Amino acid sequence: MDDRQFILSSSPHIHSGESTPRIMYSVVAALVPAMFMGVYLFGLRALWVILLSVAAGLATEAGAQRVMGRKVTISDGSAVVTGILLALNLPPTVPWWLVVVGSAIAIVVGKQIYGGLGYNPFNPALVARVILLISFPVQMTTWVKPSPLFSGAADAVTTATPLGAMKTYLMVKGTLQGFIMGELWNPFIGNIGGCIGETSVIALLIGAGFLLYRGYISWHIPVTFIGMVFILSGLFWLINPDQYMSPFFHILTGGLMLGAFYMATDMVTSPVTTRGMMVFGAGCGAITIIIRIFGGYPEGVSYSILLMNAATPLIDRYMRPKTFGWKTVSSR
Amino acid sequence: MKVRYLFGGGIHPSEQKISQDAPIEEMEVPERVVVPLSQHIGAPCEATVSPGDRVKKGDRVGQATGFVSVNVHAPISGVVKSIGLFPHPLGRPLPAVEIESDGEDTWTDRLKPHEDYMDLSPEELKEIIRDMGIVGMGGAAFPTHVKLSPPKEKTIDTFIINGAECEPYLTADHRLMLEEAESIIAGARIAMRSLGVDRGIIAIESNKPDAIEKMRGLTEDIPELEVVALRVRYPQGAEKQLIKTLLNREVPFSGGLPMDVGVIVQNVGTLSAIYKAIRFGLPLIERITTVTGSGVHTPKNLRARIGTPIEVLIEACGGFSTEVGKVIIGGPMMGVSQYSLEVPVVKGTSGILVQPLSEVEEGVDHPCIRCGSCIRACPALLMPTILAVFAQRDMFKEAERYDVVDCIECGCCDYVCPARIPLVQLLRYAKAEVLARRKKAA
Amino acid sequence: MWIAIFCLSGLGLLASLGLGLAAKRFAVEVDPKIEAVEGVLPGINCGACGYPGCSHFARALVKEGAPVGGCIAGGEDTALALSELMGVKAVIGEKRVAVVLCKGGREESTTKFTYRGVEDCKAAIIVSGGDKACPYGCLGLRTCERVCPFDAVVISEGGIAIIDPEKCTGCGICIKECPKEIIRLVPVGKRVSILCYSNEKGSEVRKKCAVGCIACETCVRVCPFDAISMEGNLAVLDHERCQVCGLCIPRCPTRAIEGRDEPFPQVEIIEERCTGCGICTMVCPVDAIEGEKEEVHTVSEERCVGCLLCIDRCPEEAIRIRGPAHSALESVVR
Repeated sequence: MDDRQFILSSSPHIHSGESTPRIMYSVVAALVPAMFMGVYLFGLRALWVILLSVAAGLATEAGAQRVMGRKVTISDGSAVVTGILLALNLPPTVPWWLVVVGSAIAIVVGKQIYGGLGYNPFNPALVARVILLISFPVQMTTWVKPSPLFSGAADAVTTATPLGAMKTYLMVKGTLQGFIMGELWNPFIGNIGGCIGETSVIALLIGAGFLLYRGYISWHIPVTFIGMVFILSGLFWLINPDQYMSPFFHILTGGLMLGAFYMATDMVTSPVTTRGMMVFGAGCGAITIIIRIFGGYPEGVSYSILLMNAATPLIDRYMRPKTFGWKTVSSR
Repeated sequence: MKVRYLFGGGIHPSEQKISQDAPIEEMEVPERVVVPLSQHIGAPCEATVSPGDRVKKGDRVGQATGFVSVNVHAPISGVVKSIGLFPHPLGRPLPAVEIESDGEDTWTDRLKPHEDYMDLSPEELKEIIRDMGIVGMGGAAFPTHVKLSPPKEKTIDTFIINGAECEPYLTADHRLMLEEAESIIAGARIAMRSLGVDRGIIAIESNKPDAIEKMRGLTEDIPELEVVALRVRYPQGAEKQLIKTLLNREVPFSGGLPMDVGVIVQNVGTLSAIYKAIRFGLPLIERITTVTGSGVHTPKNLRARIGTPIEVLIEACGGFSTEVGKVIIGGPMMGVSQYSLEVPVVKGTSGILVQPLSEVEEGVDHPCIRCGSCIRACPALLMPTILAVFAQRDMFKEAERYDVVDCIECGCCDYVCPARIPLVQLLRYAKAEVLARRKKAA
Repeated sequence: MWIAIFCLSGLGLLASLGLGLAAKRFAVEVDPKIEAVEGVLPGINCGACGYPGCSHFARALVKEGAPVGGCIAGGEDTALALSELMGVKAVIGEKRVAVVLCKGGREESTTKFTYRGVEDCKAAIIVSGGDKACPYGCLGLRTCERVCPFDAVVISEGGIAIIDPEKCTGCGICIKECPKEIIRLVPVGKRVSILCYSNEKGSEVRKKCAVGCIACETCVRVCPFDAISMEGNLAVLDHERCQVCGLCIPRCPTRAIEGRDEPFPQVEIIEERCTGCGICTMVCPVDAIEGEKEEVHTVSEERCVGCLLCIDRCPEEAIRIRGPAHSALESVVR
């Protein structure tokens, strides 16, 4: 008994078993329905985009960390998540070099220059998406009609996203009267033009349900984000249905579902307290509607999330919870 | 009736009450005991014996110094072998009295039983409690007579009997409630009399339905006592959280105590010891300790003499069953890991947990991903992730402003952290430094 | 297009006007002397001077008459430069460097347990005082390495903090941070130190560390200058008295004493000048000099330990250091 040495550490001596890689790979699992629908609707080239994005991301992260003299941590799964999310935010027609460049930008400019995982203020996938959008506007806004696998439908027929079509119609005609929106069923299952992962709302909801059940995301951000979009767009629509689309249209189109459940909820770049999360979600929703209605872009989700990411430290500072025992005034 | 837990935060780890069906087992009288002179919060005792002295079981061997201090007594009869520095559960060698048994185990003649103890005045009761060395036996070991003597201005209206036992693995209080419930209730009534309180609540977590039933049965005819079942949530048994759940009152932070909201809390083990001290004049020389974990052959609840080296208790449970990783005194959430098996059982030793090497947690340290799990788990409603950053950068002023001194070191934040950051160690470090600086400034 | 050009140029002009005005209006009066002083200081903001940063010390120097030699980290060079700037004579104390009083690494010492937790000595103390069996020993968890502004502290392969005397400026930050309080400042020319701080009995020390002080008192007896004394169970060296002869180093049975890295310089007698007075023979603590009265004396190469006492005492200056001279030692002796 004398030679044996015990292990000593501070308490506690048990753990829930949760770990960063487990969270990351659970997010990957949650994105499988969306990835599946993306490939089903837009063909194998979508799969190619996803795989390339992930591979480029992993390679860039390993390379960047080595160059910076840091420990290589690609096994924690965060680069995989970033790669997938970026791919889901790209149109299916993007050239391969754009995917590689975008993924590298996401990892380096979005994450590593700040110190790696946990230190970045902005969502890395969105940083890359916005940089790509500004640098390669044509490739980033060329959409195709979905041609479901094995359906024999024509390949690569360009189309506009519903939001894009609406905005153009409004600009040209001055009113939305006569705008054929199509059934809302289409954006629900994904039968519309758009980025690989954003079109199929049902697939996104399935994955989100899984994450909510496991507790990896909480309802606060998605509900306030989508709720705010619904309320504000509903208000405008009630005032003038000729100029503004219905709130159901707004919440089912664009990158709102993808953004609200998977991008805005990114732990590193969103507030840590639940009250803060609600402020964050509401802010994202408000900015999204402002851009969609009054701004030059048809879609505002990416920008709204990035802007609210910038506000996160401020939100955290002012949404500090009151310590236990604050309410009772000490009677000493 | 299950009361929804009202305090924020908390966790529900796997309960692991593997020893809950093991009845209390008396241990053989140990051949040798080491009685530390500091087994309580407050000033350590001064030895009142010298090497070579013969002592009987129950003789005082250490004198209390000051008000916040209690005596220590010989748990066996024998000869004082030496007085010096010996291993202690706190982790560093501390002064203790070493006694070698004479094999007789005879009681001292100086015991003072009281048959009609309810005739004693509150002052007399507290005097006996102090003399007999009674301290809080839930683990904190705070001198009981001090707790039962709140200043005049604090009016106490409720007395809480803490049978929660919220830490995984520990079952000593559970068995005590099943097998010696009468002594707990008698002790509670003594304590309530010394405080002048006529309302008592016995709080038991709902994973002990047999204990709840037993206590309910015994208190049917006692209107001052009611039994309340609590939802299982760690740290339900922590004083402040217990008061919040039962009475929806919050003890003020930054130095507040339960008496500030009119409540006094005592552990069931303490109350049983109070009864034995008052009724039979017995000093505190033994306690129930749960020896448990997958690392021992047979988990048991042992009645052990204070001062028994823990290796004797582990032997009594069949010894180690596999390669051992950690030996922890206390529960898995707040216990102290030990490096020496010569460490003695002290008044606050509620459990000995033997963790096999395979169960010891890896110390992997990822960067914080700001998930907020720790904030949601903290029962003190603090922000552990931010406090940890302050601790790492020695930013003690900021840590103080974010109320690091209100951390109860329960371990909930560390338990949930996916990045495996050693939050409790960092918070302890910051807390100690802030308190030391406050003391220096005063 | 022209509108855009006009707008942006206009904005640019407006902004530059605004900046220019602000620069004039809100300019801060800075004493050029303070700026000059700041330029001379190392700019590390280590705080060894007692002020919260170099700029504060600069201000204190110019406005409040802080001592010119106050910048410990800058050392002699900075003090001289500052004294030139200020026109004040510099009182330069001898440069001191930090030494860690422990050499018991993983090979030489035992541990009580395996530690898991924060890699920091101050945090590790919370866990039963740290994993080292010896309660006085260096834990090697990099606290000092992290706080040193000059990268002078390195944790060795064996897990002990080692301070490079070349890089160390004697700023004293590591001394404040070490939770075991085992770092000391010693004069740079007198770095012979007893690398142990344990006050435990020799038999206890032996169980825990192969290179700790076991209080055998050999060094006390051997030292020709009475520079070592016992404090409890620990030998303590007085740097004032120590002449860095290095005699104690090979005599310590546990090799606990270190600090003289140069090989012992040896002396030789300049034959032309030696008058055979024999003072050197009397002074030599190791009887390395021989010679008849009034005859040229000789130094035994085997026995000379280079303490240089004879050089100091020779009335004819007839003894010199053989081979390359060592300035640090010479300045100490003279």
